[in-house]
Amino acid sequence: MQNAECKMQNWVRWLSAFCILHSAFACAAHRDHRQPLTFWAVGAEGERAAPIIAEFERRNPDIHVIVQQIPWTAAHEKLLTAVVGEATPDMAQMGNTWIPEFVAVNALAELRGVDARDHFGGVWATNVVDGKLYGVPWYVDTRVLFYRSDMLAAVGYPKGPRTWDEWREAMQRIERERRARYAILLPTNEFEPLLMLALSSHATLLTPDGTRGAFRRPEFARAFTFYVDAFREGFAPSVSNQLIANLYQQFAQGDFAMYITGPWNVGEFKRKMPPEMQDKWATAPMPALTAAEPFGISMAGGSSLVIFRGARHRAAAEKLIAFLEEPAQQVRLYELTGDLPARRSAWSAPALTGDPHFAAFREQLERVVPMPKVPEWEQIATAVADRGEAAARNAVTSPAALAQLDARADELLEKRRWMLTR
Amino acid sequence: MSRRLESAVLHGVLIAGGVVTLFPLFWMLSASFMSTGEAATFPPHLVPHAATLDQYRQLFLRLNLGRAFFSSAFIATIVTISSVLFGSMAGYAFAKLRFGGRDRLFGLLLTAVVIPPQVAMLPLFLLMKKLHLVNSYWGAIVPSMATMFGIFLIRQFMLSVPQDLLEAARLDGAGELRIYWSVVMPLARPILATLATFMFMSTWNDFMWPLIILSDQAHYTLPVALANLSGEHVQDTELMMAGAVVTVLPVLAVFIALQRYYIAGLMAGSVKG
Amino acid sequence: MKAETRAAILLLAPSAIILGVTFFAPVVAGFALSLTDFDLYSIGDVHNTRLVGLHNYRELLGSRIFWTALVNTLYFALAGGPLTVIVSLAAALLVNARLTKYKALFRTVYFAPVVTTLVAVSIVFKYIYHPRFGVLNRALGALHLPTPDWLGNPHLAMFAIIVLAVWKGFGYTMIIFITGLQNIPEELYEAARIDGAGKWQQFRHVTVPMLGPTFLFVGIVVAIEKMQIFAEPYVMTGGGPLNKTLSVVMLMYQQGFKFWGMGYAASVAFILFLLIGAATVLQMKLQEPR
Repeated sequence: MQNAECKMQNWVRWLSAFCILHSAFACAAHRDHRQPLTFWAVGAEGERAAPIIAEFERRNPDIHVIVQQIPWTAAHEKLLTAVVGEATPDMAQMGNTWIPEFVAVNALAELRGVDARDHFGGVWATNVVDGKLYGVPWYVDTRVLFYRSDMLAAVGYPKGPRTWDEWREAMQRIERERRARYAILLPTNEFEPLLMLALSSHATLLTPDGTRGAFRRPEFARAFTFYVDAFREGFAPSVSNQLIANLYQQFAQGDFAMYITGPWNVGEFKRKMPPEMQDKWATAPMPALTAAEPFGISMAGGSSLVIFRGARHRAAAEKLIAFLEEPAQQVRLYELTGDLPARRSAWSAPALTGDPHFAAFREQLERVVPMPKVPEWEQIATAVADRGEAAARNAVTSPAALAQLDARADELLEKRRWMLTR
Repeated sequence: MSRRLESAVLHGVLIAGGVVTLFPLFWMLSASFMSTGEAATFPPHLVPHAATLDQYRQLFLRLNLGRAFFSSAFIATIVTISSVLFGSMAGYAFAKLRFGGRDRLFGLLLTAVVIPPQVAMLPLFLLMKKLHLVNSYWGAIVPSMATMFGIFLIRQFMLSVPQDLLEAARLDGAGELRIYWSVVMPLARPILATLATFMFMSTWNDFMWPLIILSDQAHYTLPVALANLSGEHVQDTELMMAGAVVTVLPVLAVFIALQRYYIAGLMAGSVKG
Repeated sequence: MKAETRAAILLLAPSAIILGVTFFAPVVAGFALSLTDFDLYSIGDVHNTRLVGLHNYRELLGSRIFWTALVNTLYFALAGGPLTVIVSLAAALLVNARLTKYKALFRTVYFAPVVTTLVAVSIVFKYIYHPRFGVLNRALGALHLPTPDWLGNPHLAMFAIIVLAVWKGFGYTMIIFITGLQNIPEELYEAARIDGAGKWQQFRHVTVPMLGPTFLFVGIVVAIEKMQIFAEPYVMTGGGPLNKTLSVVMLMYQQGFKFWGMGYAASVAFILFLLIGAATVLQMKLQEPR
């Protein structure tokens, strides 16, 4: 039939045209004599850090940085797939909680000659595995308490509660005096709030060698109790963050008085809450377990810059890392993305000192600790959130939940135990 | 009920059904021409107030979707050509050539249809890694170069080719391969067109395997690039709609142009049962 | 060797090699993989792998998340399948009716969703389902009907995805039904009319019995296809809310490519295989001439 034959011929013609075009593109790319440095950036940084990358290329005309952007939702799996498939870039931005995993698969190159002194101790520690350094913190992240300063002042804590006792009292008074619908928002599908409580309670989460769960120990148990009680006594609603239609609107209209969250919300609160609310919210470090401590402990989060083993342009990668670590570039990153600088000296820039909301973060960063550095941690954290939610909804008693958590952690860590005995 | 009333109701329902069916596609197209934020205004806009190419410009200039377009086209084209060629070869052999173990081999193929492709994906990935084909176009192409569906479809068609035609050619001294290429294949043009249409569309739309095997933006096909974009730009409705249009339009166009073959193939397949 | 055999070998070679290497061998390897604890540590050093027999399967069958995924998948298949069949049968009857003009046009319109890219339309529907700005809730709100958060509500999310699947798939089964309808001899309808049967009785006593085999074939084919759902939850909900849209294939993907528990993921794949195998055998048994 004529039609089908013509179409076949058309296919062939089209394909040849395409192949010619394709090779033309390929040739054009090769005429670039600069070193191509591949850099995978995650989330908004990939796009918004473009001016910083451009500045680097200006100063280093022999290097061309090829930035690929991956969304947070897919980054973990894409990075691991690249490692397994031996198709890694030269360097990448990586959530610092992922570093132990990538070290376990021999994916990262050891970094040397980087000065730790200007970095926050807890954050730096997330990059060190078995005494070796595998990443350099690019920006940092932690969790602090955001609160309605007017409501907290009305119950006697204008600067936010400083200890757990004060915190409990504040929540009770807010609830009794009906200052807000709920004293605090603790989304049931987030594991961070519960973990922050655990850290402030000096829980180690796992045994020191990382082979078993330590969730039934008193340090974690008291944090778990504090968390579950907040729901049982009606201080917090049993909702996942997906059911919060508009966080900012609800915070402004008094649906809850407190929320544990991170630095990106400083900008969001400023943008999304009405002007008349802007002097009615503030931030404070996590409350301490007892009055003996200045304030509580929070997580050492953030992203690090890593170089992959087998990177073909290692020297160029090290140059880019050194550039991105310059205090001036750290401030620039903050201006473009709102990410907090990893270097202490960058914090003295007016952009940061001028905003009182960041003071809490600056303080908190001096007391942050890494999550357990086992590759299985993310799965264990998921179980923590899951059991926390179950206990909060009264589907299981607290002691049972803790026992289940330990059992699950032990199960997940079984192979690690086996490997350590070999 | 009078025929006219019956016909009116019938067509009314059909048209209503058509509108509901096409509405999501219509909205997708319409929103792609809206300016950023327009799709979320109140009262809702069904058509853009001032149509703009902004979203498309952003897609192709800033976000490099053109590259994904080329990747999809390249992979779909190579897979179509090879799967039609290899499928026709195998389909003909199963239908018309007599050789030992033919029926048992075909029976094996039949039972293999039950196996969901996801079962093979993990080890296949590890195999591709050994062959250094991860994150390359060929890693996405090779597994699709021969499909059981293609073999079945062609074989079904070839069964109806008269045996005397082949015997006559053999008597004339033609070799077996010559018979396949010069005598039988020209007769098979309709089914080849059907298979080509199927394969092009299904490869263009393929998601899970390209998602796994292509880790580098430079090689993403359109569905994978689109999923990647949606992870990051979840707030940009209009941009995502433009991306969806770029992904869907080619395959819709191919369908409308070649629907005769596609639907004929479907109907033939279903009669077999 | 006979000439035909020689030719057959040459003609079958490319397909045999490709299918053998990229399908059959991996399937067998997959089964072997499911008997080991191949995971992240094994990727670092392959000697970190142990043979664990049926341990993965035992663990899987004892894991809450697996059963959740299985229930979700079966819900999707057993609700979406029949729904698709009903909608497509209705469409087929309407399009194929004697009085219908422009049959080909309607057929094309109803078939269009089938050829669209699943990822793209999943994204489109994700925006249509948006609780505040989505067109659906806007329309419902205008009619003073409830406007829930379709994808955020654990009880509605899977249903919302089923609606998408029905929209996307009904054109395909409609074509199969049309073929079936066209194969019903007109004489049967004549005979029924002569016996005084009205439209509804004709449907019940002629159409339905004649379409019987098609029903079964279509119903099970559709259900089998729906058991492999992946792209919709991946793009629209990520498996949530509260794992209510997590499907078996998605669980396999997560375990295999997110957590790199490949031995475990391979066992998920095999359970899926057993399910689909069972459904197919059921389909074939039901289709056997009595």
